[in-house]
Amino acid sequence: MVDTALSGLGHHAGEQAVRARRRDIVNRWLLSAPALIIIAFAAIGPLFIMAVYSFLAKGPYGGVIWHFSTEGWYRLLFERDIFDDTVSFADAHLTIFWRSAKLSLATTLLALLFGFPTAYFIATRPERYRELWLFLITIPFWTNLLIRTFAIMEVIRNEGLLNSLLLKLGLIEHPLQLLFTDFAIMLGMVYVYLPLMVLPLYASMEKLDFRLIEAGYDLYANRFQVLRRIIIPLVKPGIIAGSILVFIPSLGAYVTPRVLGGGKNMMLGNLIELQFGQGRNWPLGAALAITLMSVVMIALLVYVRSASRSATSHG
Amino acid sequence: MAERPPLAVTEASSSDKPIAIDIRLVSKHFGFAQDIVRALDDVSLTIRENEFFTLLGPSGCGKTTLLRLIAGFEHPTQGRIILYGEDISPLPPYRRPVNTVFQNYALFPHLTVGENVGFGLEMLGRPKAEVEATVSNMLRLVRMQELMNRRVSQISGGQQQRVALARALAPRPKVLLLDESLSALDLKLRKEMQIELKRLQHETGITFVFVTHDQEEALTMSDRLAVMDRGRILQIGSPHDIYDRPQNRFVANFIGETNFLKAEMLEVAGGMAKVKLDSGSIVSAHVPDDLAAQGKVTIVVRPEHASLVSPGPLATLSGVLEHVVFFGTDTHYHVRLDQGGEFIVRQQNDRGKSQGWSTGMRAGILFDGDAAQILSD
Repeated sequence: MVDTALSGLGHHAGEQAVRARRRDIVNRWLLSAPALIIIAFAAIGPLFIMAVYSFLAKGPYGGVIWHFSTEGWYRLLFERDIFDDTVSFADAHLTIFWRSAKLSLATTLLALLFGFPTAYFIATRPERYRELWLFLITIPFWTNLLIRTFAIMEVIRNEGLLNSLLLKLGLIEHPLQLLFTDFAIMLGMVYVYLPLMVLPLYASMEKLDFRLIEAGYDLYANRFQVLRRIIIPLVKPGIIAGSILVFIPSLGAYVTPRVLGGGKNMMLGNLIELQFGQGRNWPLGAALAITLMSVVMIALLVYVRSASRSATSHG
Repeated sequence: MAERPPLAVTEASSSDKPIAIDIRLVSKHFGFAQDIVRALDDVSLTIRENEFFTLLGPSGCGKTTLLRLIAGFEHPTQGRIILYGEDISPLPPYRRPVNTVFQNYALFPHLTVGENVGFGLEMLGRPKAEVEATVSNMLRLVRMQELMNRRVSQISGGQQQRVALARALAPRPKVLLLDESLSALDLKLRKEMQIELKRLQHETGITFVFVTHDQEEALTMSDRLAVMDRGRILQIGSPHDIYDRPQNRFVANFIGETNFLKAEMLEVAGGMAKVKLDSGSIVSAHVPDDLAAQGKVTIVVRPEHASLVSPGPLATLSGVLEHVVFFGTDTHYHVRLDQGGEFIVRQQNDRGKSQGWSTGMRAGILFDGDAAQILSD
């Protein structure tokens, strides 16, 4: 009698546990549902559409025609003669790709060059002033990108602020052609993306133990050696994060090269836009977009790999 | 013994050694105008070669500021710091042959134990072979050879302390500065490191300047020490001098326990004076170096420099036993004096022999021969 009652109880408890576990699983999915929906609609969905479009034929007035074609991918590197259909290698897209990479790299380096001392300056201020400096750094972010870009245009154009100042000072005799050059694009991108460099650098530097710098000086390291052997290795995560955050949007930048490059100095973002707009070649645009993303992904993977490898080799 | 690294073994410090550090009228002020903080105020001090010299004082007394001035992290507002005849006050820290063991060790977290120890020599541009040899010698000196390739985060606090020591000693500085370097360790480890430090000082022949707020640590380890308060040096001397002959109220109070008594100065002769206590007894007492006081003075007597006797005309003081506190090795007797005030007598406990004193008894107090010291303030 007692025996059966006990075993019945045990059975009941087991069933309850199973039900509780099932409820747990359902709850977990329900809680993560909003995030999953956003990822599905905002990230995976559009990517999937792009991938599909790149393998379709182009429509005569833009858009796509639903039958399979590798023409989009083909056109990345080759040109088809419109009369006799002969195919020849074309480096126009590669050139733009290469230009974009060079300009983005230069932008990243410049942002690092200006961002590093800025972040160091903020991190070494008394604690109550740091918030204020960070606030000042982020203020431009609150203004529309287009307006800020036009503001730079006002500064560097031939009759702009910079040139009139230099002319007045007698440093130059004719206005410098700054606008619509690679320099202008770079300047614009550095200006726009600088906070993305400063903030992660600051986050790393804020954690830096400044007594280590004193220890470095004490052990006969001069200023340069302290920077190279102590500060840079310790804030490396911030340097890498900041560089990635600047490099990736620079590579796909659209507004800045469009406005400051004047359309003749195209970057990848502009090329892609062109295909979806005037070019009316959506499959090629999609192929270009996916290529750009793949390059970024590969770069990130390489970084993650090397970061985790250096972590394990130290450990 | 064969394992000993090839370091010069030198004699313990003596007064004929050359002067290593000469601090001349150094002041350090922080802030401006009304907010000015005088961290150091006209401090002068000489430290001889291979001396274990301690700067002792409560927090905020200026001892760490003085150490940072010697290291070069701060520069004096006034005065000069002379190292073996050379004025180093204007030099940056990396041009001074002085190394520091920091309070929190400040080991480089991105380097291994060995790389930390070799850092200074590498910065001095020494050849790789020499750096490697010195690193392994230094790690042997602090008994940390096996952990050479460990990361700093993987070793214990006591081990980090040893690495910090080895790192600071590796470039063979003329002076080693230690900033509260033992305070983060637990008691047992601290005792071990105290002995270790004395051994290293002896084996390397380097001058040690040690900063601490722990009076016991200062007394056990130092050849000489300076007691500091509010940016000034109040007394410099050997641990014996400081403990037995405190010159002023602060030093007497800060170091050890002591009894303060009011007295009247009667006559002075050859460094000793006759003073009359409130009880009417006349005792002889040491006169401070800079005798400013006359007439009414304060004298101090250490609890262990007095003993309990039966009350009577022979006793210097008399009163009633208020508390008897047993401490294991010794017992403290708190006596309420007939003239008012409390006097504490400390007596060594002797097994098998009861002291025979208990609360409420009347007792007399007798000072040891030259136990009394007159304070200058």
